[in-house]
Amino acid sequence: MGDHHHGPAKGLSRWLLTTNHKDIGTLYLWFAFIMFLVGGAFAMVIRMELFQPGNQLVSPNTFNQLTTMHGLIMVFGAIMPAFTGFANWLIPMMVGAPDMALPRMNNWSFWILPFAFAILLSSWFMDGGAPNFGWTFYAPLSTQGPPSTDFFILSVHMMGISSIMGAINVIVTIFNMRAPGMTLMKMPIFCWSWLITAFLLIAVMPILAAAVTMLLTDRNFGTSFFDAAGGGDPVLFQHIFWFFGHPEVYIMILPAFGIVSEILPTFTRKRLFGRVSMIYAIVAIAGLSFIVWAHHMFTTGMPVIAGLFFMYATMLIAVPTGVKIFNWAATIFRGALTFETPMLFALGFVFLFTIGGFSGLMLALIPADIQYHDTYFVVAHFHYVLVSGALFSIFAGAYYWLPKWTGTMYNETLGKFHFWLSAISFNITFFPMHFMGLAGMPRRIPDYALQFADFNRISSIGSFVFGLSQLLFLYIIIQAIRGKGKKATDEVWDDHPRGLEWTLSSPPAYHTFETPPSEKLVEEHH
Amino acid sequence: MHKALRLVQLCCILIGSLLSSVASATGLQYNMTRGVTPVSHAQYDLHMTVLFIVTAIGVLVFGLLIFSIFRYRKSKGAKAATFHENVQIEVIWTVIPFVILMVLAVPATKTLIAMEDTRKSEMTIAVTGYQWYWHYEYLNEDISFYSNPATTAEEIAGLVPKSGYYQLEVDKPLVVPTNTKIRFAFSANDVIHAWWVPALGVKRDTIPGFINESWAVIEEVGTYRGQCAELCGVRHGYMPIVVEAITPEEFEAWVAEQKGGLEEVIEESEA
Repeated sequence: MGDHHHGPAKGLSRWLLTTNHKDIGTLYLWFAFIMFLVGGAFAMVIRMELFQPGNQLVSPNTFNQLTTMHGLIMVFGAIMPAFTGFANWLIPMMVGAPDMALPRMNNWSFWILPFAFAILLSSWFMDGGAPNFGWTFYAPLSTQGPPSTDFFILSVHMMGISSIMGAINVIVTIFNMRAPGMTLMKMPIFCWSWLITAFLLIAVMPILAAAVTMLLTDRNFGTSFFDAAGGGDPVLFQHIFWFFGHPEVYIMILPAFGIVSEILPTFTRKRLFGRVSMIYAIVAIAGLSFIVWAHHMFTTGMPVIAGLFFMYATMLIAVPTGVKIFNWAATIFRGALTFETPMLFALGFVFLFTIGGFSGLMLALIPADIQYHDTYFVVAHFHYVLVSGALFSIFAGAYYWLPKWTGTMYNETLGKFHFWLSAISFNITFFPMHFMGLAGMPRRIPDYALQFADFNRISSIGSFVFGLSQLLFLYIIIQAIRGKGKKATDEVWDDHPRGLEWTLSSPPAYHTFETPPSEKLVEEHH
Repeated sequence: MHKALRLVQLCCILIGSLLSSVASATGLQYNMTRGVTPVSHAQYDLHMTVLFIVTAIGVLVFGLLIFSIFRYRKSKGAKAATFHENVQIEVIWTVIPFVILMVLAVPATKTLIAMEDTRKSEMTIAVTGYQWYWHYEYLNEDISFYSNPATTAEEIAGLVPKSGYYQLEVDKPLVVPTNTKIRFAFSANDVIHAWWVPALGVKRDTIPGFINESWAVIEEVGTYRGQCAELCGVRHGYMPIVVEAITPEEFEAWVAEQKGGLEEVIEESEA
C-alpha cells in the first residue's frame, strides 16, 4: 500500500480498538467528563440534604454512601483520567512524537476504566448498598463495610492497573520519543509536570493496591492487619493509605501546574518566568510528598518527635509552592495581557489555588490543626486545591487546546460566561465552609446544629449554580466539536504561542510527526 | 515597605471589623473559638498568627496580580517585557518564606510540646467511643456512665420544632471540675471515633484496642459542646458531647452524690 496517511476506522471499532493517542485522549476526556457529571450529581444531593438542619431527603446511610462515591468518582474517575486525557493528546504533539510509545497498552489502560467504574457504581444496587465509609475507607469501619466493599476493592485494583500503565506510557514516551534537539530542559513544562506525576503514580499506586488487598484479606480470609483484637493496628491502615494518599494529592495537582504554566505565557506574551526553578519546584514538591503523609493523622496520637517531623516537613512544602506562585505572578507582571477563557481559568487557578495553599499552611501547624481536623475547614481547603486548582486547570486546558483538537473556536462569550459563573458560584459554595469549620462543624455529617444553618444554605445555593454551570461547558464543547463556530487557525492564539503542537494544522491529521520535526523548529518553539 | 505593611494592617483591620460586625449582627460564629483552656488559647493564638501572616502574603501577591491585570492589558497598548529569570529575586522569594516558616514553627512547637505533656494530672477520665454514644469512667472514683444523644427523632424529622441545642445535647453530660488538670484516656469499642470539644482544645481519635491521651485545665465554669469528629458509621452525625465544668467544690459534692446514689441502688438491690 505504502499509504501511511490513513484516517481513523469507522464506527464503534474505531473507539474500541484504537491505538491512536488522539482517540485515546478523547476517550479519557469524555470518560472523565461523564464521571464529573455523575460525581457532581452526588454532590448536588449532598448539598440538597444539607440545605437545612434535619433529615429531609436521604437517610444518613445514603448520605454516607453519597460522600464516599462523590470522593471516589471525582478523584479516580474525573480528575485523574482528565489529566491522562491531556497527556495522551498533548505529550506526543509537544515532544514531536508520532504517538505514545506503547499504543496497545494505551488502549488497554483506558478500556479498563469504564469497567472499573461500572463495578464501583453497580454497588449502589447491591445488597447493603454502596460503600459508606468515606473515600479514605478507614479500617475498621471499612472492614465492617457492606458486601459491596469487595467490589469496591476490585475496582480500585483495576483503576490502579490502568494508572500504572498510563504512567509507564508517559515515561517511556518522554524518555525515548522526544524529537532530535529537544533536551529535557527544553521540553515543555506540561510534559515535565506529567513526567514527575508518572513517577509518583508508579511509586504509590502499588501502595494503594496493598492497602485494599490487606482490607480484602481482613474482611474475607481471617487476617488481622487492622484489627487490634488480632494483634493488628487500625492506625496502620491510615499510614499505608496516606503514604499513597498524599502523593496522590500531588498527582492531581502537578499536571495542573503544567497546564497553567503553558497557558500563562501565551496570554501574557512573555516567557514563563523562572522556568528552571519551576521544574525544580515540581521535583521538590514530589519529593516532599513522600515524607508528609502523617499530617492527615495528627489526631491519631503520635510521638511528639514524629509530630514535629511531619509538621516541619509539611510546612516546608510552602517554599516550592510559593516559588511557583511567585513565578506565575512574575510571568503576568509586565506582560501584554488578553483575557480569553483559558486565561481567565488560569488566573482563577492562580488566585484560588493560592487560597487553598494558605489554608494548607494553616493545617500544617499541629496545634491549630487539632481544631481544623475533620471539619469543614478541611473540606474548604481541599476543594480550593482540587476544584479551583485541578478542575479549573482542566477547564483552562480544555478551552486552550480545544480549537487545536477540533479545528473550531469555541464560543468565547459563552466560555467567559462559564468562567464567571463557575468562579463566583465556586466561592459562594466553598468560602463559607471555612467559617463553618472554624465554628465547629465536623465534616461527613448529614445533619448539623442550628448555628451552622445560614452558612450551609449559602453554600448549597452556590453549589446548585456551580453544578448547573457545568452543563454550559458541555454545550460549548459539543458546539465546538460539531464545528459550529469560527474556523481556528493553526496557531489558534495571537502572537505565536510556543509549543510544537501549534505548528500542526487545526485539527491535526490523524497521525502527526510521522517524521520528527527539525531541530530548528524545536529550537524556535521551546 | 513600611507603607505596604501599614496598608496590610489596615486591610486586616477593615476585613476583621467588617466580618465581626456582620457576625454580631446575625449572631453567626465564623472564627475558631478561643476556648477556656490554656491549650485552646494557644491554639487560637497560633491560628490568628498564621491567619494574619497568610492574609498579609495574600494582600501582597493578590495586589501584584490585580495591579498587573489592570495595568498590563494588551488592549491598552501594553507591550510585553522580555525578562524571564532573575536569580536574585528567586533566591529572595525562596528564603523569605523559609524565614516566615521558622518564625511560625516556634509557637507551634512550644504549643505542641505543652499539649502532649499529660504529667501531673490531678484526675483521669477514660473516654470510650461506641457506635453511637460515649462512655465516661472517672478512674479512682468508681463512677462511670453512658452519655447518649438526646435529640429526638421527631426533631430530626422536623415533626416538632428543633430545640436550641439541636444535635448538641445528651442525656447525661460529662461533669468535670474547673482549674484541675484532667487527663483523658481515649479508646473505642468498635470503630475509630474522635472526641472533640472545641472550647477545650481537645480532639483525639478513640481507637479500638489502643489508648490515646490528652488533657485540659478548664478555666471557666460553663457547658461546652462538641461532636464526634471521625466518620464512624451511619449515625456519626448524631454523636454529640457535652461537658459541664463546675467548681471543684461543686464537683466534690457531685461525686459524693453519684456515689451515694450508687450505694442506694446497691442497698436496694440487696434488700
